[in-house]
Amino acid sequence: MTYHITDNTAAAIPLRDIPEVPYAEFHADLAEKLADPRYHVAHYFALPEEGRMRFYCLLLDDATSQVLVASHVMEYYDEGVLPSLTAIHPQLHPFERDIAERYGIRFDGMPWPKPLRFPFDRYDRSGSMDNYPFYTMQGGSLHEVNVGPIHAGIIEPGAFRFICSGEQVLHLEIALGYQHRGVEHEFAATGNRLRQTCLAEAVAGDSAVAHATAFTEAVEKLSGHERPAQLDRERGIALELERMAMQIADTGALSMDVGYQLGQVACEALRTMTINTTQAWCGNRFGKGLIRPHGTDHPLTAEKSAMIRRNVAEIARRYDEVRRDIKSSPSLLARFEQCGIVPRDQMAAIGGVGQAARASGLARDLRATHPWGVFAKHISHEPVVKTQGDVMARLTVRCREVLQSARYVDRLLEIYEQKYAAGPSPCPAPDYAAPLAPSSLAFGLVEGWRGEICHVAITDPEGRIVADRIKDPSLHNWMALALAVRGEGISDFPICNKSFNLSYCGHDL
Amino acid sequence: MILPKIKVLRSHGRQAIPDLDAVELTPEFRGRPELTATGDTAELEQAAAICPTGALSVTPFALDLGRCLFCGECARRAPRNIRFTNDYRLGSPTREGLVVRPGDRCVAFDTSAVRPELSRCFSQALQLREVSAGGDASIEMELGATGNVNFDLGRFGIGFTASPRHADGVVITGPVSTNMAEALQICYDAVAEPKLLVACGSEACSGGLFARSRAVDRSFFERHRVDLWLPGAPTHPMVFIDGLRTLLGKKQRE
Repeated sequence: MTYHITDNTAAAIPLRDIPEVPYAEFHADLAEKLADPRYHVAHYFALPEEGRMRFYCLLLDDATSQVLVASHVMEYYDEGVLPSLTAIHPQLHPFERDIAERYGIRFDGMPWPKPLRFPFDRYDRSGSMDNYPFYTMQGGSLHEVNVGPIHAGIIEPGAFRFICSGEQVLHLEIALGYQHRGVEHEFAATGNRLRQTCLAEAVAGDSAVAHATAFTEAVEKLSGHERPAQLDRERGIALELERMAMQIADTGALSMDVGYQLGQVACEALRTMTINTTQAWCGNRFGKGLIRPHGTDHPLTAEKSAMIRRNVAEIARRYDEVRRDIKSSPSLLARFEQCGIVPRDQMAAIGGVGQAARASGLARDLRATHPWGVFAKHISHEPVVKTQGDVMARLTVRCREVLQSARYVDRLLEIYEQKYAAGPSPCPAPDYAAPLAPSSLAFGLVEGWRGEICHVAITDPEGRIVADRIKDPSLHNWMALALAVRGEGISDFPICNKSFNLSYCGHDL
Repeated sequence: MILPKIKVLRSHGRQAIPDLDAVELTPEFRGRPELTATGDTAELEQAAAICPTGALSVTPFALDLGRCLFCGECARRAPRNIRFTNDYRLGSPTREGLVVRPGDRCVAFDTSAVRPELSRCFSQALQLREVSAGGDASIEMELGATGNVNFDLGRFGIGFTASPRHADGVVITGPVSTNMAEALQICYDAVAEPKLLVACGSEACSGGLFARSRAVDRSFFERHRVDLWLPGAPTHPMVFIDGLRTLLGKKQRE
């Protein structure tokens, strides 16, 4: 089959250069390729285009760093039924559910054809959030536990339905969509690129830097402007600071759920220190406002660089002490080890990404496999991989990534200090009006702290962004959580959940 | 194994901020803006045109913090007219109080708009139920942080509780997505009277970036009176703490 072959640093692709293939060929080729775990689908979506529907698919090849882009087309009068790929490769499940829900396209033979997020502009509005078709099982010894949409903590809403035999969870189904705010629709409805960048930051507030980076990557590919290497380094520093903050927060959350108060409060304080470092750099604890297209409003200064280096070294030192304490506490290991296991083959089948996939032995990390920006030039990233796939493995990956990120931040700041500390910043101010390539597709693939974030921006013949199709790693990984709790006691659900800490708003958009 | 724990404990030290009412945030923090009217509105019009949420109006010159994302772009476009200070005292008992005008030296806190039973019932202890209705998780994390070792809001008897039956009030974050509207209403109804209602974050105050989105249903705010409006994207823990303390009469806004 023919693909447009590109990579994560190449320019935007004119829409006419993306081959249109018959669906049968697309189906056969993807069925074959996805059997090899070196391939996975980063994004697959449909977009109405002049009276027809065009489906775009981004396939990542981890072995060669290539991004394969293909498309197939459905004419207005075509029968809206396509043979499902989900039946062969479950990793396409969320994408096919999304396409079916939005546009009423039926996938023949799709197991589990259910709504995904109940968007306001869905094709079939007869159903609603309140009558989500949960899976049920019959049996005298079974009972159901319903949790949500409002949870006990200060977190986002989502409905969880457990089917249990006694304490043991047989099945968990997760119904999402409560957070749907119409993010993608708002992207298309505005030409104000600052507003679009702010929207990208609001896709998932705990991944504001990563989502904004993915969006600006796409925009800059469309404008074709060169950017100074220092801008890439500053974005890399922001991204790694965000990763540190959230991995520390989740270490604390896991500690809280097993009653390990010392770890919890130590991580709370360390997270405060990390996000206050970001705040002292750019004025916002979550890095909102830091990533802007073509430039920055908050260039580093010598004082800020020294402040960040000092804080990051201190955070890493103290966090490492917490890590050592966890590893030497049998009561903690007894809860974390052998709990919530997702084996490698299951993780590969559902297309898992990010730190959860790495904890199950899948070395998926865009910083290494599809590097962009600073990871393509200054840092050759070595992913942290564990094979056990349990809560402890996911925690260990987090722990080691915090220390790794701290080293990256320090290195990037060292380069800054050697080159620019004495003089003015080489980073320009942001540009919200740069003309974009018409009728083109550009994507930004960024490894956020949760995993692979993908923004695909498409422009019309006048160079306006008519669609920004967003994929948060949670879209893949919610299924991993459902698999992790199978066979576990329901009382272990909180630590399984925290070990993933997936995004509701990133999923619901 | 006790030695590693002693190490953690020693490095951890004392973390609580001693006096929460005396906190000064970093100068980089974008808090209350100060507006200065000049004869020339050309720059202002540019700033208003790019404002991502339409929070800035040129005639009359005003900035609505209930819509503002604190991105700071207007201050870069019109530096003679707008300047963001690091003042985190942003909460207001009225929605109109969030509109900042030229010459304002603080966000107005109209104490006459505060129901007197609030300080009578809740000044010693206040348990809140947080409902995220389309919030982007950053604001939920900031509310979680109000109870952490640094801010330790629990010292004033204020905390978050799991059940609305145990709560004295509801804190709403997010623009209120249509899919969450009913759950929010059910949760609010489950809280016993007298109860407090807080809209936390610019998205809750006005819808923010999603004010015009068709996936949002803000009819809840037409049916219920909000006692405290807190701007921010996300709302800084100090904005929340200051707002609640002022609402309960523990603190005065000069």
